[in-house]
Amino acid sequence: MKKLKVDYTLCQGCGACELACSKLWFKEENPAKSAIRIFKNPGTGYNIAVCDQCGACMDMCSPMALSRDKNGIVRIDKKKCVGCLICVGECVRDYMYYHDDLITPFKCVACGACVKVCPNGALTLVDEAE
Amino acid sequence: MVECVHNNYRHHIGSHEEIMAMQAKHKVLATYSYEPTTIERGYNNRTLYISVGGEFDTSAQDPLTASVTGPNGIIIGEKAVSEDMKKKFVGGKGFDLYHLWKAVKADTQWNDACNDIVISPGPLAGITQYPGAGKSLVCCISPTTHLPVDSNVGGYFGPFLKFAGFDAIELQGKAEEELIIVIDGNKHTISVETAPEEAFDSHILGEQLTEMYADNEEDKPNISVISSGRAAENSYIGILNFTFWDKRRNCLRLKQAGRGGIGTVFRHKRIKAVVIKYSGTHANLNNPVKPGLINAAGIRLHKEMSLLDDRQNGMRHIGTANIIEVMDKYDLLPTHNYQYGMHPETPKIASKVFIEKYITQNVPDGCWYGCSMSCAKAADNFELRTGAYKGHKVCVDGPEYENAGGLGSNVGVFDPRWILEANFYCDTYGLDTISMGTMTAFAMECFQRGLYTLDDTEGLDMRWGNGYTLNELMHQMVAGDGFGMIVGKGIRHQKRIFAERFGKVAPEYEYMLQGKTWNAIPVPEEKVVLTNVINPDLDDCKYLKDENYDDKAIMESIKGTPLSNPGAANDSAFVAHPQRWEKIEGIPTISREEIADWPVGKPYYSTDPDCEYTNGRPWVKMTQEQVDYMNKFAMENKGLEYSEYLMKESLAQQGGYALCNKGAQHDEAWLIFMDMVNNQIPTFEDKAEALHYFPMFRTWFGLLGLCKLPWNDVTPLDNKYEAEPAKIPGHVRNYFDIYEGVLGERLDEASMVQQSERVYTFQRCFILRMGSGQRANDFPPVRSLGPITKEEYLSREERYDKQILDKQGIDVSGKSVEEKIQIIMDYRIDQFEQLVDAVYLRRGWTPNGTVKLEKLIELGMDIPELVQTVRPYLKAEGYWPTGEEYAKYENM
Repeated sequence: MKKLKVDYTLCQGCGACELACSKLWFKEENPAKSAIRIFKNPGTGYNIAVCDQCGACMDMCSPMALSRDKNGIVRIDKKKCVGCLICVGECVRDYMYYHDDLITPFKCVACGACVKVCPNGALTLVDEAE
Repeated sequence: MVECVHNNYRHHIGSHEEIMAMQAKHKVLATYSYEPTTIERGYNNRTLYISVGGEFDTSAQDPLTASVTGPNGIIIGEKAVSEDMKKKFVGGKGFDLYHLWKAVKADTQWNDACNDIVISPGPLAGITQYPGAGKSLVCCISPTTHLPVDSNVGGYFGPFLKFAGFDAIELQGKAEEELIIVIDGNKHTISVETAPEEAFDSHILGEQLTEMYADNEEDKPNISVISSGRAAENSYIGILNFTFWDKRRNCLRLKQAGRGGIGTVFRHKRIKAVVIKYSGTHANLNNPVKPGLINAAGIRLHKEMSLLDDRQNGMRHIGTANIIEVMDKYDLLPTHNYQYGMHPETPKIASKVFIEKYITQNVPDGCWYGCSMSCAKAADNFELRTGAYKGHKVCVDGPEYENAGGLGSNVGVFDPRWILEANFYCDTYGLDTISMGTMTAFAMECFQRGLYTLDDTEGLDMRWGNGYTLNELMHQMVAGDGFGMIVGKGIRHQKRIFAERFGKVAPEYEYMLQGKTWNAIPVPEEKVVLTNVINPDLDDCKYLKDENYDDKAIMESIKGTPLSNPGAANDSAFVAHPQRWEKIEGIPTISREEIADWPVGKPYYSTDPDCEYTNGRPWVKMTQEQVDYMNKFAMENKGLEYSEYLMKESLAQQGGYALCNKGAQHDEAWLIFMDMVNNQIPTFEDKAEALHYFPMFRTWFGLLGLCKLPWNDVTPLDNKYEAEPAKIPGHVRNYFDIYEGVLGERLDEASMVQQSERVYTFQRCFILRMGSGQRANDFPPVRSLGPITKEEYLSREERYDKQILDKQGIDVSGKSVEEKIQIIMDYRIDQFEQLVDAVYLRRGWTPNGTVKLEKLIELGMDIPELVQTVRPYLKAEGYWPTGEEYAKYENM
């Protein structure tokens, strides 16, 4: 199963991943449209909020727009999605994102765009066995 | 992921080829193409008007801006929605009543062609981000109340209607043959077609039409069908089912516009179904002004549902049925026709039983997209034991709490299988589960108290707890024959028919029977079964654990007594044995009009059109004493059967029911929990204020196209810190947000209540116009106010004795039960009257319940129709105001 692996200890909070993500998917550099988000911890270091493909959101999607592809990535079928945002509410770790400009939510699909731009090697794409 | 694809009734629906062959038999009678519109701030600004045929006066109605006509008076057209209409009536129920008022006259009957079924979803309906935003409101003149009735319903039809381009649909006229109406919201066409071969019952018909009009399997969620069922035609309690396609179950789901017999009107018009098709649903089709407000409010509530529901109400597991055992615990679960509020067998139908054995879990069961409350639960693969679909494994939509109460405890049925079976048949045959339960409970009590016997029912055993009987009554309504034909007319008609029919033959007339006697099998007497076991120490009312019940010990203790459920013990013992009597020579047949003057106790035959069913036994009028006795426990108000909350111990709920505009339904004021469980409205003034605020607040949901459950069936964690926790202010602020999100204006509590008050007042004047809406009409059956029989008093003797001492200062020692009943009922009736005084005053009505002119002016509802309606009443009551400023209303 493919997913994005994060190492918080290496993150320096530069935000390059956020910009790369939004640029790739929404053609603008806007952290509010990124599927990966960096938060400063109250103490030291940073938190990286990005989907770990757990799939809990899928069960509450009545139009069945959320499904796991053959690589294990949970994907949103925009044609089926009605924009109800239940998945956003349902994700206990808040890894499902939305933006008021858009009519469907969005999430990390482990494309790796962020991995390429991370200067510290905090992000890696891995293929984990089930 | 749960897949529920085993429901095996599909063979009854027909193959795709067979269904397409059915469609080939359709004859298109009229088609209409309309211009697409863009929804602006939740409105399309037009109404779809359809007459299915016939001639009637339409001069008072808004003119059609465009239309086509077909044969036999069929019309398809559009009407404009004005800014004034939006301001005064908002949408939903407001629009429904606006059109209905213009369609009917003061003397219009439910079965007149001009009776108008109006369906409107409201300006907020169709947003997908906030739970419970897919409701349609439906109004027409009701067959049971003869008043405008309103009923709300989920399913996808309402949002699709709006996306198709209309804020409401009116269905008027009466067709000459079975018709369906097909609306294609993407192609912008509407057609009226004959449909001779499709089924009538909703679970079959809905699937047939979904299969027929969907392009492919993926397209099925884009179809919604309105239909009723075969029993709706032979009863007065018909419902409309609104469908949606459940992708996960791969089957059709039914949601009901249940109250007031709208399905009966629908079938009387010979409309088989209305089909709508719309593909392309997304979040912002309402063209909202500030979508961000809607998104944020929606996610707040989704989060609460996700985190709190398991701890609070368990709506996601069992829906509204989560309160069955709570109601029982607090003596509020209507049992044996509202005599008692609890029963030792309740654990058999507790929510846990349904969750563990029947209701499919972990499925998103919203009746419109975006409902994370997900309360539209269903039992899959449920095998039916009786009726037309015996042996089929079906998907049962429910049970909701009302079904478990009405089709369960209130008729003494404590077998979940019979409840689910009755639930299923009510839905597919097109019957209101609430009325079905309450009116069967009334009929059963009349039977148990010996007012009629097995000879009057052709052997159908009407004792408490007979689940077979409950279902058989419905099958009889489908067949158009049997005792079910009386029961199906509703309590108001049952009362009249029983009174005209089930009296005892007076000795001086016995000769007319020519020696024939009836060998009634004896009916067991009512037993006192319950004692007051309210537990005052119970602090966590919301989520009861089962250790409160010792199920086995209870079952053991009642074994072999009348309490143990006979229907469950032996199904076959209760099969009716049809028996008809030969007509007896010499007994005259008289018309309906002649019955009034016919002597009490003298046998006769009748040609009453309301009672096609006769078993050959001659009719005999009851004595007035018997009629009065029966009326005490006939649980209807304004002709509508009570819904399933035992209101006897809650003054606020007594008012909530009896003052409700459409009849005894709790949707205006569901105060029983607040009053009895949470004790949030302790004083008399609190109750009166609650009976102003909540009916107005709750009316608002029906104007906007919203469901009330997400308002108070989950509560924010910080709610207890709010100034008025009973109003769930955090959620009310959500509503201000989504209203502003769609319409661009911010409401506050006062402006929100004023929107409702306008429509509420309009409805009150409407029922006045139709011959109700006066103080006498707001008086309930006395059982709703307190104990009227020995059994009821004795079941709570200690509590009642104490109440008499505490509240009335009377020591009851040495007094008989009858005397004590008299004492407590005199007090309670007085309390009720005082409550009515306070509420009328608060609402700006006269002591007789007429809306004052000053109130109409204050609300901006001083429109000619309403002024003309209240004027004669206000003048007669001496409340017509004098002074220069009121002069213009004299001749308005």
